[in-house]
This record gives sequence, structure tokens and C-alpha cells, in this order.
Amino acid sequence: MNHLTPVMRQRMLSVFTLMAFFLLWEIACLASGVSDLVLPRPSQIARVLYDKMPLLWPHTVQTLYTTLAGFAMGVMVGIVLGVIIGSSRLAYDVAYPLLVGFSSIPKVAVVPLFVVWFGSGTVPAILTSMVISIFPVVVNVATGLASTEPELEDVLRVLGARKRDILWNVGLPRAMPYLFASLKIAITLAFVGTVLSETVAANKGIGTVMMIASGNFDVPLVFAGLVLLAVMGVLLYALSSLVEARMTGWAQRKTDLTMA
Amino acid sequence: MNNAFIQLSDVSLRYGGGTVALDHTSLGIDQGDFVALVGPSGCGKSTILKLVAGLLKPSSGAVIAAGREVGTVASRGPGNSNASEAPRLRVGLAFQNPTMLPWLTIRDNVMIPLKIVDPFRQDYRRKRHGEYTERVEALLTQVGLRGFGDKRPWQLSGGMLQRASLCRALVHEPELLLLDEPFGALDQFTREELWDIMQSLWMTRKPTVLLVTHDLRESAYLANRICVMSARPGRIIDVRDVPFARPRTLEGSYSPEFAGLVQQLRMRIAAARRDGDAVDLAQSQGVPA
Repeated sequence: MNHLTPVMRQRMLSVFTLMAFFLLWEIACLASGVSDLVLPRPSQIARVLYDKMPLLWPHTVQTLYTTLAGFAMGVMVGIVLGVIIGSSRLAYDVAYPLLVGFSSIPKVAVVPLFVVWFGSGTVPAILTSMVISIFPVVVNVATGLASTEPELEDVLRVLGARKRDILWNVGLPRAMPYLFASLKIAITLAFVGTVLSETVAANKGIGTVMMIASGNFDVPLVFAGLVLLAVMGVLLYALSSLVEARMTGWAQRKTDLTMA
Repeated sequence: MNNAFIQLSDVSLRYGGGTVALDHTSLGIDQGDFVALVGPSGCGKSTILKLVAGLLKPSSGAVIAAGREVGTVASRGPGNSNASEAPRLRVGLAFQNPTMLPWLTIRDNVMIPLKIVDPFRQDYRRKRHGEYTERVEALLTQVGLRGFGDKRPWQLSGGMLQRASLCRALVHEPELLLLDEPFGALDQFTREELWDIMQSLWMTRKPTVLLVTHDLRESAYLANRICVMSARPGRIIDVRDVPFARPRTLEGSYSPEFAGLVQQLRMRIAAARRDGDAVDLAQSQGVPA
């Protein structure tokens, strides 16, 4: 394996680890003879995934769509709130405790409220994933804005820069790495929010499928749902990492960075 | 004296905690002059610079720049709505920390003032790739950074960043250039190199310069006039004219006259520190000073 580059070796190692994990799982299940009602084998899960894909697909799309909608709204609201909180002392003092308090509420408790207000279905799921993904975005954007060097601000103020100039030329670009770091957290949280709402009140989505499946003791199908969620989560996480590397390469100071 | 370009008249500044940073100080700077402020650390050198820049407001007294009282340029708080009416004095500022923006190239960093300062910002979109780029390149060439415009800040050394910072302070052709220990974080060789660059920048462009430094050789090398300040409460205790002809050279800075001037400045500051300590001691013992 000496002819492989370190990066390739690292990749292969992680693939091996993943395969070994599932292999061990399979062997452990077979060896202990545990019922598939408790813990199905990976091969069983794969089988179910393959067989029921036509049935699962619309639900997957529904969950993905709901999550992305909630995520997008959450990020937009989060950025606006973050900019306001990060650039005004008054807004910070007033809004921050409120925000922390609100984000400390278990979202399970909020879903029934959304259902009462908007009926069951897609809307409460989008709203839940939105409110759950706002907080990390707000905190990070506000922190990023607050990290502007006072000396640089002096330089700009002496030039006659208005607050808007400073925000636009320095504050927002400086907050970008913070924003993108928060997007990775927010996208995984958004999935949690969506599935949470779907398990409580919906007739479509992976969450609903898993609720029904567990009611029928169809544990392999529950696991199939979990796998789908995990795969979607990984894909979206990877996507936001990619965008992050593209947008804020300057903050990572890689020497192989050619153009930003 | 009262019609100087920059005029501080009986200015005092007291910080919130009651610390007197500056005590009844007067200072006049003529247009095109190069004045250095030297003194022990914490003597209010930077405070004077910030007062002239309008970043601080004096507790009493007046700061006049180009015939107008310096208002705070702070955009926070009400009451500055009339600040934009008269054409403001064009000021350039450079600190010890070059504060380049890491996501911009050196060229774009140097160009920032053109994006913000008033007569330039209107044409920014139209001229940024033409006239403004040429202007930045000319400046970068003058400080020895030719060909580095496309680099990012982290690819440059500290000395190079400081040169870029000087370019950024000068690109909008300021009438007043304020330098707060701009070469303080550099090694001796780089620093002396930058003295030469600073001198040639000043000689070709003739902005009014106020340089704050704790390096006495630097002040004697660059300035026309050196103001010596005492320790807290800050006060100008001595003003020395620097007679050496320009362009000054490093060889010249090792001449007996030059060394003599630096020596005198050093003694003056040492004496001021002793007096300051004596006052502190007297006050702490409850003896009226």
C-alpha cells in the first residue's frame, strides 16, 4: 500500500472501518441468535430497504423537502437575528436571554402547539425544523460580528465609514466562517426537528413511517428509516462542508488554496 | 499658533474611571509638517492621536483640524447627522497591527479607503479596475511590494504587511496621516528599511504626519519636530526641532549630532519619569505635590 497517497489511505481506512462495523454487527447478531424484533442484521435492513424502496421513496422526499424548507427558513431568520444581535448592544441585552430561554424549551413540547395552530402535516414539521435550527446560526453570526478588531474599526471610522459600511465590508465577511460552521450543526438539527414533528403529527415522512412500523413491531423497517435519515444527514452535512470550503477558504489558511 | 493646521488648545481628557490621560495640553501642527510624539508608555501619546482622529472627545479644551472643530466620527449615538455636510478632513491611520482583511488580496485591502471615503466611493464601481488599480499598484511599487497585489495577507511577512498598511493609509491621499507605533512590532532591520520608505512617501506626497512612537531614533530620523511627553497625567514637556537635512540616511543616524539629540531626548524622558515617580510617591504619602 506504499504507493497510495496519505489521503487515499485515510479514505480506504475509513471505508474499511465502516465495513468492519457492519460485519461485526452481522456476526454478533448471528452468533447471539438475537431476534430481528430486537436488533435486525444489516443484511436484513438492506433487504427491507431494497424491497420497500418504492414505498419509502415518497416519504424520504417529503422528509428531505420539509427539512430543507425548515433549514432554509431557519438560516434566513437566524442570520437576520444574528446580525441584529451582533451589531447592537441593546438588541443583544434584550434578545439574548429570550433566545436562550426559547431554545432551551424541548421542541417536543412545541410541536402540539404548532399542530393546534396550523393543523397536522407539513407545516408544523417545517416550523419545528426551523425553530430548532435558528439558535446555532444566531449565536455564531452574532459571535462572528463581535470578533471585529477594534483597531480596524478605528481605521474605518476615521475614513468616515458608516456603520453599514463596516458591517458590509468587515463584519459580514468576518462572520462567514462562523455562519458556515453553524450551518453544519443546523442541518443535522433540522432533521431532528422534522422527524420529531412527523412522529407526532403527520401522515407522510420517514418519521411517520417509523412510528407506524414500530407500532407493527416491524423493527427492520424502523432501522431502514434510520438508515435513510443517516444517509440524508451525511449527504447534506458533506454538502455544507463543501460550500464552506468554497466560501471561506481564507479562514482555513491552506497553502494549496489557489483561488477563492 | 492658533491658525495651525492641527491645533490642540488646552485639551484635557479624563477617562471614565477618573484616570487623567491628558492634562491641559496644547499642540500646533502646520500643514505638511512631520511631528513625532515620544514619551514613556501610558503617557497619553495615543490619546492625542485619537483626539486628532476624532475617535475620542476631549473632556475640556478644543481640537481644531483644518479650521474646524473635530467632531467624533463615531457613528453610534445621535447628534452626528450634520457630520457629512461639510467635506471632512481626509485622514489616514495606521497602527502597529496591520489589520489586513484575510479574505481580500493585498490590492483589495489597500483599496478599501477608496471604497469608503467620499469623493472616491462614488466612482468606485467604475474605476476600481482601472484608475484605482493603477493608483494602488503605484503605491505598492513605491514601498517595494510590486507584484504582491494578488497575494493574500497570510502569505506576506510582518514587514510586508506593515508596508501594505502604510499604502492603505495613504491611498486616498489623506491631508493628515496618523501613525500609532506603525513599526513597533518589526525587527530592527525591517524597521530601518521602513523608515526610509516612510521618509520617501512623506517627501513625495507631503501629508501632515503625526507619528506616535517610543523609539527615539525613529522620531529623530523621521520627524521635523519632536514633542516629548511626561508620564501620567500626560503633558508635553519639551519640543525639539530636528535640524538634519533630508533625505536622512542610516549613516547619518550614527553621526555624533544625531546620537546627541537621541541622548538628550532620552535624558529628558528619564527625568520626566523620575519626576512622575516623585509625584506618585508624594501623593501616596498624602503630601501635596
